[in-house]
Amino acid sequence: MNILSLFPAIPLLMMLGLWISRSRKQILAVMVSGASLLLGLAIALVCIYLGMRADGQTAEMLLTDSFTWYRPLNIEYAVGVDGISVAMILLSAIIVFTGTFASWKMDTGVKEFFIWFCLLSVGVFGFFISVDLFTMFMFYEVALIPMYLLIGVWGTGRKEYSAMKLTLMLMGGSALILIGILGIYFGAGATTMNINEIAALHNIPENMQRVWFPIVFIGFGVLGALFPFHTWSPDGHASAPTAVSMLHAGVLMKLGGYGCFRIAMYLLPDAAQELSWIFIILTTVSVVYGAFSACVQTDLKYINAYSSVSHCGLVLFAILMMNTTAATGAVLQMLSHGLMTALFFALIGMIYGRTHTRDIRELSGLMKIMPFLSVCYVIAGLANLGLPGLSGFVAEMTIFNGAFMDNDVFHRVVTIIACTSIVITAVYILRLIGKILYGTCTNPEHLKLTDATWDEKVAVIVLIVAIAGLGLFPLWMSDMISESVLPVISHILN
Amino acid sequence: MDYSAIFTYMYTEIALIGVTVAALLYDLIAGRRGRKYFHGIMCGVLLLFIGATVFPYHKETAEIFGGMYIYSPISGVVKSLLAIGTLLVFLQADKWLGQKDTEIKRGEFYVLTLSTLIGMDFMISAGHFMMFFIGLELASVPMACLVAFDKYKHNSAEAGAKFILSALFASGLMLYGISFLYGTTGTLYFDDMTAGIDGSALQILSLVFFFTGLGFKLSLVPFHLWTADTYEGAPTAVTSYLSVVSKAAAAFALMVILIKVFAPVVEYWQALLYIVIILSITIGNLFALRQKNLKRFMAFSSISQAGYIMLGVISGTPYGMTTLIFYVLVYMAANLAAFGVINTVEQNSGGKVGMDDYNGLYKTNPKLAVIMTLALFSLAGIPPFAGFFSKFFIFAAAFEQGFHVLVFIALINTVISLYYYLLIVKAMFINRNDAPVATFRSDGSTRISLLLCLAGIIILGLASCIFDGINLYTFGI
Repeated sequence: MNILSLFPAIPLLMMLGLWISRSRKQILAVMVSGASLLLGLAIALVCIYLGMRADGQTAEMLLTDSFTWYRPLNIEYAVGVDGISVAMILLSAIIVFTGTFASWKMDTGVKEFFIWFCLLSVGVFGFFISVDLFTMFMFYEVALIPMYLLIGVWGTGRKEYSAMKLTLMLMGGSALILIGILGIYFGAGATTMNINEIAALHNIPENMQRVWFPIVFIGFGVLGALFPFHTWSPDGHASAPTAVSMLHAGVLMKLGGYGCFRIAMYLLPDAAQELSWIFIILTTVSVVYGAFSACVQTDLKYINAYSSVSHCGLVLFAILMMNTTAATGAVLQMLSHGLMTALFFALIGMIYGRTHTRDIRELSGLMKIMPFLSVCYVIAGLANLGLPGLSGFVAEMTIFNGAFMDNDVFHRVVTIIACTSIVITAVYILRLIGKILYGTCTNPEHLKLTDATWDEKVAVIVLIVAIAGLGLFPLWMSDMISESVLPVISHILN
Repeated sequence: MDYSAIFTYMYTEIALIGVTVAALLYDLIAGRRGRKYFHGIMCGVLLLFIGATVFPYHKETAEIFGGMYIYSPISGVVKSLLAIGTLLVFLQADKWLGQKDTEIKRGEFYVLTLSTLIGMDFMISAGHFMMFFIGLELASVPMACLVAFDKYKHNSAEAGAKFILSALFASGLMLYGISFLYGTTGTLYFDDMTAGIDGSALQILSLVFFFTGLGFKLSLVPFHLWTADTYEGAPTAVTSYLSVVSKAAAAFALMVILIKVFAPVVEYWQALLYIVIILSITIGNLFALRQKNLKRFMAFSSISQAGYIMLGVISGTPYGMTTLIFYVLVYMAANLAAFGVINTVEQNSGGKVGMDDYNGLYKTNPKLAVIMTLALFSLAGIPPFAGFFSKFFIFAAAFEQGFHVLVFIALINTVISLYYYLLIVKAMFINRNDAPVATFRSDGSTRISLLLCLAGIIILGLASCIFDGINLYTFGI
């Protein structure tokens, strides 16, 4: 069995283990062992992948494997990874691991919660390892539907409304993707569903590409929080329980960017070049609008959700620039944003669990009461606004460098506009930190609160180590990514 | 004529007639004590029957009675699917049949249901319009008796009357259409008729009339007006039979006749179907949004599902036929699972079928709530459940023939349908209820049928061999 198939298989086994678990201890044991196994496996995968590349294997996808599933439609269960997907798998494993620890104190319906959580991760891992359109789409939808129950049952606030809105909008997006996939498959002569083979055929007529490209791009763009289809994101993230927000903002939104890059642009390159300007405008709006919206929010989760809209908009913005530097930056940004937004949501969950409010007007002076959590919050904030040495800087620097390389006026102007988001981000992050962490605590109830427990520390420290690791030693990661981005970009440009 | 051919190729119908007559006789001679075993015996016999006929014996197409009856392997496959659906309905009906006022009529239920099944089998295998019509009527008239089975209940009797009146009207229209066909082509044999079809106005009219007759059975919009009332009034076991088995037979027969007989006027019936599909899917969905009674809700859901089934018909290809049969099979598993839950909740809670009654079901009956959820997910087309695969394939079949816009509209509608399916999931898992349905243990045979349906929902999609198996037989249509 291929090592890649283990990634969706392990969460499946975890679901089985959870199903037969009888006590809370058993449930947590299953989760921790499974999540650690996934994390270990992801690190091993990175090593294996880098080793194979060092051995001089130059194929676009490594560790490939496939067997025929539905012959009449040429559907295969086909797996394979390149540098982009390896990075994404590592990210997902880290988030699943930390998400498990972040929901350590879950008290109602623990078993069901983790079963759905595992199903979500089956979908996520399956999506990143697939190279077959059908299988990929199937895993994509597998990752979407557990969200409804996870938010609807375990969420807070207007959870039923948010859960329904999120599910329906994302499913609407996936309806667009489905028709796009059919269009690509039949447009390419109905001989294969394998992404690489379709790209190699390169035979989809240009007028059909012009129809399918916007459809597929918007379809994935809904999940990537493309303006104006981002409205599910603030409500959904604000209502979701901590671990789900982490996984959703950290990983699921990356499915959108990954899909836009791997399917919409890679398979429909001519239309991508022709029509990219429309989406560049939309993503620029996402970037700036998300940042401005974050400035005026008063709920901690809403601030972070709008900040996610802004940062994920930057991912789509960068891949549309269609050069290797910007696209590498996009993947780095996916990684970086995934890690820091997960850290943010974890910390917000922990603070909310203590103070029972997320309203920044009611919080102040937390630094004295819970120094560990507060310091970590500052680190997350600094990563978010792009402080050198942390991951956000590396990613955004690469993106804007790449975006500015295009020397026509349009690309440069939008790059400058998008750059302003960095400043706006600094505004809302610093304002937030100043407001809730410093000053004197006005609420006497809050003075009695305690700092992080060990399980919370595990979650937070793992994430901070990853963020700092990416920020301090970015080269091994960006090299791995850029050599995989290169063939995709050159395919799009030719 | 060599009469042995009758037994060689008509084995399904002959065996079914044997079973039906035996059930009738057993009902006569078995007293109160014998009736206790009736359920077990019927399910066992039906299981044996399915085991014996599930794989077609012959790989070739054959005509008997001079072309009145046509045997083809694919029709054998469809017949065994219908029998499986019937078995599942039988399994779910036990508790209901065991009630005081229906216990005495238990035998009638089996005999009537099997008669409709025989009618459908003949309808599927017909090679002549007369044969087809007799099969259709044999499937409709006992169905009306079944709908009115709880005859002392006002709702059931009313539903029966509504059903038989609209069924007769539809049959009348269809006969009228067939008479036009006979008048313009001079024959009623499917094979000979094709040559005479030239697209004259009269023939197009007869196509429409013929389509109306089957559209009624499939409850396609605009022939759906009987559906909600009948589904609500009929006993739940009958409703599930009506929504699954009867639809499956009609869909298959419709596709065969459209392809075989009306091949020369393909653009006309494709245009007709195009409109009917959009109407069925959209109107079914929109009306389902506002239903508070689960049986009515399922009625509208099944109207829109019938629209999706027609996507396989409109493609008019062998691959479309495969997807149609596969879709029907998956739909059968999911719909019967949903109806199984509705039925057992209704029987064990004193007749609760309102959507509000399902609030908090997960707290008291978690297994039933989970089965219902998976069934609804499958109906909505969520992976990894079978409904996702069948929807994808049937979309691909229509897409392949260039119906891009149609597929797009159907896809948008899946989002609407997801909304109302999620409403039930929400009721069961999220909504609070001070007086939820009390915890109960369903009877054994219902549990078996639910398990079978659940296995179907999960396995049918993931195991590609079933789809491939059906695909093997659809060549040569």
